[in-house]
Amino acid sequence: MTAQTAKASSSAGGLAFSNRWWVSLLSFLLLLVGNAFGLILVYTFIFREQIGLAVVIGIITLLPNIVFFIPRLYPIRWMVPGFMFVTLMVIYPVVYTVETAFTNYGDYLGESHLFTKAQAIELIERQDALYVPEGAITYSFTIYRNADGELALWLTGEDGDGNAQTVFAQVDQPPEIIQDAPEEAPEEYNGFEQLPLAQSVTTAQTIIDEGIIFGEGEEIFTVLNRRRAAAPAQRYEYDPESDAIVDNLTGVVYTANDEVGYFLPPGWDAETNDEGELRPGYRVGVGLYNFTRLLEEERLRGPLIDIFVWTVAFSLLSVFTTFAMGLFMAIILEDPRIPARKVIRSLLIIPYAVPGVISIIIWRGMLNENLGIIARGLANNLGLDIPFFTDPWWAKFTILLVNLWLGYPYMMLICSGALQAIPSDIYEAAAVDGAKAWHRFWRITLPLLLVTVGPLLIASFVYNFNNYLLIEILTLGDPVFPGSPVPAGMTDILITYTYGLAFGDQGRDYGYASAITIVIFAIVALVTLFQYRFTKTWEEVGENV
Amino acid sequence: MSKATERAKAKQDRVSSSMVENRAETVVTVTVRLVIIAIALIFALFPILFVASSAFNPAGQLSTQSLIPRGVESVDQLLANFRALLIDELELFPFWSWIRNSFIVATTSTILSLLVTSWAAFAFSRFRFFGRRSLLLGILLIQVFPNLLAMVAIFLIMQEIGRLSDAIPQALPFLAGIDWSWLDLFGLNSLGGIILVYMGGAMGINTWLMKGYFDSVPRDIDESALVDGAGHWTIFWRLIMPLVRPILAVVGILSFVGTFNEFVLARILLRDKENWTLMVGLFSFINADFNRDWGKFAAGALVSATPVVILYLLLQDQIVGGLTAGSVKG
Repeated sequence: MTAQTAKASSSAGGLAFSNRWWVSLLSFLLLLVGNAFGLILVYTFIFREQIGLAVVIGIITLLPNIVFFIPRLYPIRWMVPGFMFVTLMVIYPVVYTVETAFTNYGDYLGESHLFTKAQAIELIERQDALYVPEGAITYSFTIYRNADGELALWLTGEDGDGNAQTVFAQVDQPPEIIQDAPEEAPEEYNGFEQLPLAQSVTTAQTIIDEGIIFGEGEEIFTVLNRRRAAAPAQRYEYDPESDAIVDNLTGVVYTANDEVGYFLPPGWDAETNDEGELRPGYRVGVGLYNFTRLLEEERLRGPLIDIFVWTVAFSLLSVFTTFAMGLFMAIILEDPRIPARKVIRSLLIIPYAVPGVISIIIWRGMLNENLGIIARGLANNLGLDIPFFTDPWWAKFTILLVNLWLGYPYMMLICSGALQAIPSDIYEAAAVDGAKAWHRFWRITLPLLLVTVGPLLIASFVYNFNNYLLIEILTLGDPVFPGSPVPAGMTDILITYTYGLAFGDQGRDYGYASAITIVIFAIVALVTLFQYRFTKTWEEVGENV
Repeated sequence: MSKATERAKAKQDRVSSSMVENRAETVVTVTVRLVIIAIALIFALFPILFVASSAFNPAGQLSTQSLIPRGVESVDQLLANFRALLIDELELFPFWSWIRNSFIVATTSTILSLLVTSWAAFAFSRFRFFGRRSLLLGILLIQVFPNLLAMVAIFLIMQEIGRLSDAIPQALPFLAGIDWSWLDLFGLNSLGGIILVYMGGAMGINTWLMKGYFDSVPRDIDESALVDGAGHWTIFWRLIMPLVRPILAVVGILSFVGTFNEFVLARILLRDKENWTLMVGLFSFINADFNRDWGKFAAGALVSATPVVILYLLLQDQIVGGLTAGSVKG
C-alpha cells in the first residue's frame, strides 16, 4: 500500500496525465476551451440574473483547474467528471431547495411571486404600459396595407415645436419622417396601398380593439378614435431613488415592500389584504414563515398530519407485506421435492422485470371500477361492488396490493439468496435438540436472515417513503380531502402531496413545497444514517482506509 | 454450484430423516406447497396474461376485454392493435420516435455513467489520499436526496440551458457570430437535457459496486506495469478494464434498464410528443382516454416490456447479485 502511494505520487509529479508532451498539450488545450466556455456561461448567467447558477458553473469550471494544477490531487482527477455532474444536478438543487424554502416563491392562490425584483419592475414598466397624456399632440391618420396584410399609418400633425410633420409608421419598425410631404396622402407608398374609406373605418376599430401599436421603441403611435392618432407615453416608471413605481396616469406612487414582495399603493393594509398592489409581485425572503405555516395553519396541518401518518404506514406495510410474502415463497421454493423450481422462480420474478409504469397502469386498468376485468368479474360473478379507488380504505388496500405484486419478487430473490447462505449445520444441531420447524424458523432462520436482509429492508422503506410513481399513476392521491385549501388526497404520500403543491393546478407554491421537501429529506436522511450504523458501513469504510 | 448441491443434499437428508416415518404427511405438505405456488403463479402472471390478451384483442377498449379475445376471425384482426401502433397512427402516436428516444437516452446514459463511475472507482480502489473516506461516504449520502424533490431547481437549470443560445449573444455581442444553437440539445424538452439529469445520479451506489470489484483485481498487476513505465491511464484502459468486464456488464444492465424504465423525470422534462421516451408515450395512451386506447397501450406495453423481461430472465443471477448489493425497486 505504501509502495503504491509513493509510486502514485511520483508518477503524478507532473502537471498533466502523462509525460508525453502531446498528451500534456491536449490536456492544456482542453482545459483552456473548458475555461473559456465556463466563463461565457458564468457571464451569461450573471447577465440573466441567475446568480446561483453562475456560482455553480463557476465552481464546476474551477474544479478541473484545481486538480490539474495541484499534483497532490492527482487521484481526484479521475473523479472530476462525476463530481461536475453531481455538483450541477444534485448538490445545486439541494442548496436551491433549501434557499427556496425561506422565500415566498410561487403563484399559489392568486399570489404572484415568481420573479426577481428586477424582472418584476421590467414587466410592470412594459405591461399595458401606454397611456396618452393629457394635452398630447394628436395626428390625423390614413391607414395603409401591403400585400402581406401588414398595416401602416400615414400621420400628419405637428411636432413639439409646432411645425407641421408627416410620419409614415409601420408595425415594429422605426417610423419614417417624410420631408416635403404632399398635401394629400398618396395612393401608394413603399409597397403599401391606401385602404378605401369603407374598410378604413372597420380597420381603425380593429386597431383600437387589438391595441396595435405602430413604430418602434420610443417613437410609437396608437389610434385614439376614428379620426385621431397620438404618441402614447409610458405609464409606469420606476424610480430607483425612492424604490417606488409612479403611475403617470393617476399619479399614485407604489412603494416597494420587501416584506410582502409587492409594489404597494399608499394606505395598503396587510390586515385587510387590500387589493390594489401592482402585479406581478416579486420573490422575497420570508424567514421561517413556510415552516411555521406547516405547524400553525389549521387548514394545512389537517391533511398534512393524515398524509404523514399514511406515508409512514404505507412504507412500513409495504416492506412488511413484500418481505413476508417474499420470504414465504422463498422458503417454499427451497423444498427440493417441488418440481421445476428454476422455471417457477423465473416465472415468479417476471412482475419485477416488467417496467413499473406499465405494470401500475395494467393494475389500474384491471381494477377500474366500471370497466376493469377484475372489478367487473367480481360484480358479475359474486355480486361484489368493490370501490377500489373511490373509497379511501379500499384505495389504500389497492395501493398495498399492487405494491405487493411489484415488490415481493425482489424480496423473494434476496431472501432465497440469504437462506442459502445460512449454514445447514445450525439446522442439524437444532434438529438434534428436537426443535420444531416453527421454532427453528423464529429462533434461527429469521434472526440470521435479518442480519443480511435488514439493510435492504431499510432501503426498501426509504424507497417506498418516496414512491412517487406508484401513487401518481395508480390513484393520483384520490379520493380528495373535502375542504382542503391545497390539493391533497387521502392516498397522497408526502412526496406526491409536495409535488402537487409545487406544480399543481391551483398554482405553484415552491416555497411551501421546498419546506416540506426539507422535512422529508431530514426524515429519509435519519433513516439512512441509521441504516449505515446498522450495516456498520462506517466501520467498513474505516477498515478500508 | 457444488456448495448449493451439497446444501440441497444435506437438506434432503434432513428432510428424509425427520419425515421417513410419515409418508402421508409428506404428500400433504408437498400438495399444500404446490397449491400455494399455483396461487402465487396466478397472482404473478394474471396481469401479464391480461395485457397480452388485450394486445391481441381487436376490440381495443378496456371495458370489452376478456382473458381470451372473443370474436377474432383472422390474423389481421389479431394484429389490429399492433398495426395501428406501428404503422397506421404514427401521426397521433409517434411510437418509433419513442423507441428511438428511449434507446438514445438509455444507451448514452449507460455509457457515460460507466465511464464516470469506473474512473472514480479506479481512483478509490488504487490510490490512497486525504479525504478518501469522506468522499466515499459522501457518495452514498448523495443518493438519499431523491432528485424528484429538487425538481424546481432542475427545471430551472434546464430552462436556463435552453435559453442560452439566445442569451449568450445578448450578453456577449462579440460572440454572436458563433452558432450556439447546439446548446438547445441540452435544454428543457431535449434528450440531452434528460441525459444530463440522469448523469447526476450516476455516481451513487454504482461507484461502490465497482470499487469493490476493482479491489478484487490484484495490485501486483498494475505495480509491475508501473515498473515497466506504463502510466495510470494506460493501466486503467489496457489492464484493469478488460479484467472488470463482469461488473461493467452488471452495472451497465442495471443502469440501462433503470433509465429505460424511468418515467417521472422524463414526463416533467420532455414536453413534445416527438421527444417522449417509451414510458412517457405509453402513459399518454391512458392519460388521454383511459378506456379508448387500452388495446394500443397493451400492444405498446408488450413491445417495450418484452426485451427488458427477456434480459432480466437471461441474466437474473448477475442482476440479483448487483441488486442485493444496493439499489432497490419496489
